[in-house]
Amino acid sequence: MIWDEEFETLPREALEALQLKRLTATAERVYATVPFYKKKFDEFGVKPSDIKSLKDLRRLPFTTKLDLRDSYPFGLFAVPMEQVVRIHASSGTTGKQTVVGYTRRDINNWAELMARSLAAAGSHKNDIIHNAYGYGLFTGGLGVHYGAERLGASVIPISGGNSKRQIIIMQDFGSTVLTCTPSYALFLAETAEEMGVDFKKLKLRVGIFGAEPWSEKMRDEIERKLNIQAIDIYGLSEVMGPGVSIECLEAKQGLHIFEDHFIPEIINPQTGEVLPHGEKGELVFTTITKEAFPLIRYRTRDISVLYPQPCKCGRTHMRMERVSGRSDDMLIIRGVNVFPSQIESVLMNIEGVEPHYLLIVDRQGTLDTLDVHVEVNEKVFSDEVKNLQSLGRKIEKEIKDLLGVNAGVKLVEPKTLQRSEGKAQRVIDKRKI
Amino acid sequence: MKVEQISVFLENKPGPLTEVTRILGEAGVNIRALSLADTKDFGILRLIVNDNEKARAVLGAKGFTVRKTEVVAVEVPDRPGGLADILKILSEATVNVEYLYAFVQQSGSNAIIIFRFDETDRAIEVLSKKQVKILEGKKVYAL
Repeated sequence: MIWDEEFETLPREALEALQLKRLTATAERVYATVPFYKKKFDEFGVKPSDIKSLKDLRRLPFTTKLDLRDSYPFGLFAVPMEQVVRIHASSGTTGKQTVVGYTRRDINNWAELMARSLAAAGSHKNDIIHNAYGYGLFTGGLGVHYGAERLGASVIPISGGNSKRQIIIMQDFGSTVLTCTPSYALFLAETAEEMGVDFKKLKLRVGIFGAEPWSEKMRDEIERKLNIQAIDIYGLSEVMGPGVSIECLEAKQGLHIFEDHFIPEIINPQTGEVLPHGEKGELVFTTITKEAFPLIRYRTRDISVLYPQPCKCGRTHMRMERVSGRSDDMLIIRGVNVFPSQIESVLMNIEGVEPHYLLIVDRQGTLDTLDVHVEVNEKVFSDEVKNLQSLGRKIEKEIKDLLGVNAGVKLVEPKTLQRSEGKAQRVIDKRKI
Repeated sequence: MKVEQISVFLENKPGPLTEVTRILGEAGVNIRALSLADTKDFGILRLIVNDNEKARAVLGAKGFTVRKTEVVAVEVPDRPGGLADILKILSEATVNVEYLYAFVQQSGSNAIIIFRFDETDRAIEVLSKKQVKILEGKKVYAL
């Protein structure tokens, strides 16, 4: 079902005219209100008035995660705080969070786009939406929640964790739509099996999964084990949160980007050059309706492809291929963003520990595991077992405190890990997704 | 009164123990006593050798993490209850034993036990007062 018939099926010409109008307005506004953008535009020798066509977008400078970090916490907000009604945050590259804000209108637009997303996945107002995304600073929980309410569905704000209770509630309340990360969906399938609950007997019909990369193979597995249709949703807090793009139930082939709110580009991550449609590269978004946290050409680091071909569902909005990787070293572990540099900073803050490490990411059953190999040098070595064990536990605790992920520390002999000259391999990702 | 022990960090995988003993053998270092503490993930090899400096140098050169610790070599009467008597002295004085292991050779009719204490100096004091015989490092390395 199409939630917003008018905008989602706007003819390309009208859509692009609308994009240009909104882009120009956004560029003018950020230039006037956010010193960061004024400085950057000036450095590039470009003025908002130089934007005459959508092609001129590429004359504007990129915005990166580093820029967001340097503006921590509210430096890139384009409205006074009295107009900000919500704040979310996600992890940044060095432990500092990336903070985003929303005005009342931003929240309203987000709810609309999430309602569009839920509808595209085949959900409607008679559904009971079981929202197992985390509620909190993470945009997943509240993003889906507001969209579900906008749609008129009944939302169960169950959040993550307590998997047995999730299954019981699904059974007793008759949940028809499940929203969570794809790996958590598989974990729920295992939990149900242990409890002797058969998904075929549940009312669950559709699952909307995102916040971490997954594959067609995983889709097949989820659809089979949960006896549902599995739909891929995409979003990131910097751009808005979930609901930037979603697959339609009709095609399940590529995610429609809500182009009346976001302009996508694909670039070569090395050169920054804009690539033609159909070519693989890094996704870049410009937001054209956001008030509190507008972004110009934000480099997502997600690798994808854009397909402008019309879709059988009737939406005119361009599709992006399911995200297939990253152009940086960010890992997503159980839905949590982890940069190797964050682990490094944890190690460097522990007396005597050297920042020689190796991260091994794997998937046991359906859940991601993170093992951190740390070298034992003479400063931290002890002839007593308990001292070394407590060192390992201390590192595990610091990682948990800073990043919110459970890691297992393995102490290894020195110089068994590669040194950082050249391109040391710091990460081995064994997950087959 | 103290004896120097060297400890070597070993990963829990096949090979390192062979490697350590081979390196020491090739350098002409003789192992006088040893104990291996092992956990799920790693091991700690503790050694009393006839030449500590050389052992540290050759192992360090091969990339092993080596540390020197002071332990105490105690002569224990080689009879039933011999070790129990000594442990009783220590526990009455509330000296903690971190670990201990036996020496291969005897000193006369006595066994030699290597002790690692949390408070080495106080342990020596407590044992000496009770006339327990403690061996000098020099003597131990040469046994």
